[in-house]
Amino acid sequence: MRGQPSACEVHTPETLAGALAFRAGNPDWRPLAGGTDLMVPFAAGRLGDQRFLNLWGLRELKGILASEDAVLIGALASYRAIAAHPVIQARLPNLVASARATGALAIQGRGTLGGNLVNGSPAADSPPSLLVYEAEVELASVRGGRWIPYAAFHTGYRANAMAPDELLTCIRVPLPPEGGVHYFRKVGTRQAQAIAKLSLAGWALPRQGRLAEIRLALGSVAPVPVRALHAETVLRGAPLSALPLSAAREALQADIAPIDDLRSSARYRRRVAGNLLEEALAALI
Amino acid sequence: MAQSPIGSPVLRREGGAKLAGATQYTDDLRIPGLLHGVTVRSPVARGRLRAVHFGEGIPWEEFTIVRAADIPGRNAVAHILEDQPCLVDGEIRHAEEAVLLLAHEDRALAELARTRVRLDFEALPAVLSLDEALETRERVWGEDNTFKRILIEKGDPFDWAAAPRVHEGTYRTGAQEHVYIEPNAMIAEASPDGVLARGSLQCPYYVHHSLQALLGLPPERIRVVQLDTGGGFGGKEDFPSMIAAHAALLSWKAGGRPVKIAYDREEDMACTTKRHPSRTRIRSAFAPDGTLLALEIEFILDGGAYLTLSPVVLSRGALHASGPYRCGHIRIEARAVATNTPPHGAFRGFGAPQSLFAIERHMTEAARRLGMDPAELRRKNLLRPGDTMATGQVLRDAVDLPALMDRALAEIGYREKRPLDARLHERPGRPRRGIGFAVFMHGGGFTGGGEVFLGSVAAVEGTVEGRFRVLAASTEIGQGATTVFGQIAAEALGCPLEAVEVARPDTAVVPNSGPTVASRTTQVVGKLIFDAALALRKTLLESGHLAEGGDVSAAARAFIAARGALRAESRYQKPPFVQWDDAAYRGDAYATYAWACYAAEVSADSRTYEVRVEDFVAVQEVGRVVNPTLAAGQIEGGVAQGIGWALSEEVVWRDGRMANAQMTNYLIPTSADLPRIRAFFEESPYPYGPGGAKGIGELPMDGPAPAILNAVQEALGVEARELPLTPERLLDLVEPEAADG
Amino acid sequence: MAEKILLWMTVNGEARSAEVFPMARLLDVIREDWGLTGTKEGCGEGECGACSVILDGVLVNACLIPAVQAQGGELLTVEGLARKGELDPLQEAFLHHGGAQCGFCTPGMLMAGTHLLAQGGPGDEAEARAGLAGNLCRCTGYNRIVDAVLAARREHP
Repeated sequence: MRGQPSACEVHTPETLAGALAFRAGNPDWRPLAGGTDLMVPFAAGRLGDQRFLNLWGLRELKGILASEDAVLIGALASYRAIAAHPVIQARLPNLVASARATGALAIQGRGTLGGNLVNGSPAADSPPSLLVYEAEVELASVRGGRWIPYAAFHTGYRANAMAPDELLTCIRVPLPPEGGVHYFRKVGTRQAQAIAKLSLAGWALPRQGRLAEIRLALGSVAPVPVRALHAETVLRGAPLSALPLSAAREALQADIAPIDDLRSSARYRRRVAGNLLEEALAALI
Repeated sequence: MAQSPIGSPVLRREGGAKLAGATQYTDDLRIPGLLHGVTVRSPVARGRLRAVHFGEGIPWEEFTIVRAADIPGRNAVAHILEDQPCLVDGEIRHAEEAVLLLAHEDRALAELARTRVRLDFEALPAVLSLDEALETRERVWGEDNTFKRILIEKGDPFDWAAAPRVHEGTYRTGAQEHVYIEPNAMIAEASPDGVLARGSLQCPYYVHHSLQALLGLPPERIRVVQLDTGGGFGGKEDFPSMIAAHAALLSWKAGGRPVKIAYDREEDMACTTKRHPSRTRIRSAFAPDGTLLALEIEFILDGGAYLTLSPVVLSRGALHASGPYRCGHIRIEARAVATNTPPHGAFRGFGAPQSLFAIERHMTEAARRLGMDPAELRRKNLLRPGDTMATGQVLRDAVDLPALMDRALAEIGYREKRPLDARLHERPGRPRRGIGFAVFMHGGGFTGGGEVFLGSVAAVEGTVEGRFRVLAASTEIGQGATTVFGQIAAEALGCPLEAVEVARPDTAVVPNSGPTVASRTTQVVGKLIFDAALALRKTLLESGHLAEGGDVSAAARAFIAARGALRAESRYQKPPFVQWDDAAYRGDAYATYAWACYAAEVSADSRTYEVRVEDFVAVQEVGRVVNPTLAAGQIEGGVAQGIGWALSEEVVWRDGRMANAQMTNYLIPTSADLPRIRAFFEESPYPYGPGGAKGIGELPMDGPAPAILNAVQEALGVEARELPLTPERLLDLVEPEAADG
Repeated sequence: MAEKILLWMTVNGEARSAEVFPMARLLDVIREDWGLTGTKEGCGEGECGACSVILDGVLVNACLIPAVQAQGGELLTVEGLARKGELDPLQEAFLHHGGAQCGFCTPGMLMAGTHLLAQGGPGDEAEARAGLAGNLCRCTGYNRIVDAVLAARREHP
């Protein structure tokens, strides 16, 4: 344990309103949710922050609410709760798959979706699923709340669109039309407790022999989780009997910018991203 | 007695305490007045230390601080040589080398202080890999960066030009981290009056020996006690001597106050020993019918910055390099080289997994190139009793290797599944399947004359309560040593298991029965215990206190009441046939071997290049099995480590430092990554082992990697020659020229 | 210097408290303040599972929980499994199947197993392997641990 608890102050608000009021005056206090991301660098002595805004007790942020057209996920909902939710299981299976691919049981019971998004790792497991479902996130402050597309949330490596006084409070995931096909795959060397080498989520709507709609997103292939818009453009509207596989693979390469790091190589990530795209498309036919 | 203790699935002796969470490991002890020691380390691989600066904001006057100049004896961790300093004295030879020690009663403050020490040094060009060491552009050890060379030759020089079929290959293996789940920890109390060092360790007398040189104290003033130890696998063979030395130096300087040094995972991974990286070149000649005519093997190990145990690791690797094959012409040139990485050390298998990986990959490659089934090529060439091995050793073990191989292949369904695999491969995009296997052996006990040199002693004594106590320095590190020792002693004494205790290894109490290494604990030390127990029983019989079939405990009580102490010792004696010439590397390299065939069925994902082991069969001949539960547990655990080494465990080096020193980034297998490992035993009693037992601890590390990569060759047709076979490496093999995307 | 908080919890059925820094790790509170050293530290980064405990019915890594977030919680550690010195059925199954070797991962494994059993699982070997995948063992190869958990479910449903 190389962290220094004696040097660390924690503020624990009772309510969301209290949290926002505190945040307005103390924007440099680091929001702390389930701790599964932050406690790792803290214990390793690598976290610069010494002041924390402890959000864990805020019940307002823990719920999951399904309506006719969307699911609202409180920022502090755990992966376990997400994976167990019947509407998410029925309509947003990629979110279930990505939640179950995160860490292992003990992480899934504690880690929160909101915390994970704010932590901003490009290798996180849920972002590709949220991108393909075109989720939105609510950013709240004493000035009020605002919704932005999740696709606009990450602005660079571990940087995001939150103003200094804002907290991420809710994730809204619109339910895609029924009849679509969902695909999620994480490649992580081992089955559990792995950080992704890359991941790919997809959703497609085949209609009258054509790919009426397709959305693709990847993790661990760029400084932020990315939507594969070039590949989607090539594929959208194509006949299912003759999908332009190689053109889509080629277009996908323009969507990603992988690097060599401890966990994999740029070459591997590029090659396997293309392979997973093929696998995802094969799942549609 | 209902059943003979040897051969029974006796429950683990300390199991109840471990399951209750009551077992106290080193960091669990509460010690009044304890100081927490931390180590300041070199950030560079090679250089010269100029100065040490103590930063702001730390109450340095409250700290105990030790530098090289404070060492009362010799600044060395004594093993084979005394070349490795305990603390840097000017010259830095590897990254993470210990420079300075700090201790304070506040653990968090000690951690903070360590980050506030700045080292001023001059960096020098470093040798960071085996290949760079061989280039000798920089010389970091002797004339040619070589710690040790070994040459083994059998038969006349071979005429390679006339060879009908020749196959060549170069095989590489990376470093492997032990990842015992309990990180290293030691506690020491040291003053000129005496030293007590306790902790997580495999070899109490290694630590004892090392502390004598360091502190300049006679042996009787040093006491080393093993505490309950959460796994070792070789990783707590030599390095605890370093940590004990550091803790003892801090305690010495602090006037004898107890000092604990407990590494966290990152420090343990980055700074302690790992399996030696290796490079093996093999050239083989075969007759057209597959008969092996000649083998030429160059085996090189990266020893790291100091000699430590590398010559012995090299020796075992060289002695296993030609595998279980009959061959008239063998030449093995082995060499351990010096680099500027932290010293590599003992790890389960001790050099043999590296060289056996090479020969067992090579044989399958050769079979395919000859158009033969790998099983048939091996069947033609496997050693049989009476054959002569590389060192001229005549094989005395009553082993039927073709039968072992056939049993493993039958268990895994080699003949039935292979045609189906071929069908599967016609469907693109599907995972491809393959079955591979390896045949191998592992020598039990120390190499060559090592056991004679050690001259180990173990003892059994009676107590006034009529109980018996086993006294040996062999440590329980999870493998089941104390349970097995109890079984062996009870068998020889003819008493119930419950009447036998096994003493905690404490150099003040137990004789030096040698280190807990080299698959020697059951086979060698167990035999000493067996013989000591027999001698004790003989004493009771001859004294008239015991009649055949009588109550041994009652006899012991009566004997002690009448005569005082009841104790018997046994000292190692080599089996009479063993002859070894260390200068010529000729003779009986090991008194006996464990033999095995391991078979793996894998699936290789053609989209992600991930390899998964779907089924694993481990068939071995290990003499008599003392405890079936513990023996199978040893095999299963060793296989799991072998699977990790084969597929996922990669130490990423950057500038001579381990860049992925976290469990998140160094990937050992989880339960979800492994199949059920299926272990089977053939039992051919070994006359010089306790009740016929041989050593088994290291054997299971040798087979998985070649079996798995052989299976990958069957699945994908690629000749993979480097460990670990990560998805990235497999991609490069499957699609070497493919354009990105 | 931060101010300490008074942390109070129900630990293995008993009320306990400790004055600790709010960012102290629950793992250190359990081990240092309460002397319950059955819970182990194997990595300090939520990877190995040796510090697994059950907090408010949820399996967690105690190394990742700041004390301030455990306030008022109900905690079960390995020491809370045995009743009156008698091992519980899962512990017994570990003993008989040889599920503990060096013993260092064992407390965490037992807590993960206890959690799986409390959830009504695991139904089969694959579920057991997936459920235990957050707990690393380097000794056993997992066969005997998986067998022990499955046996405990079979024999004490």
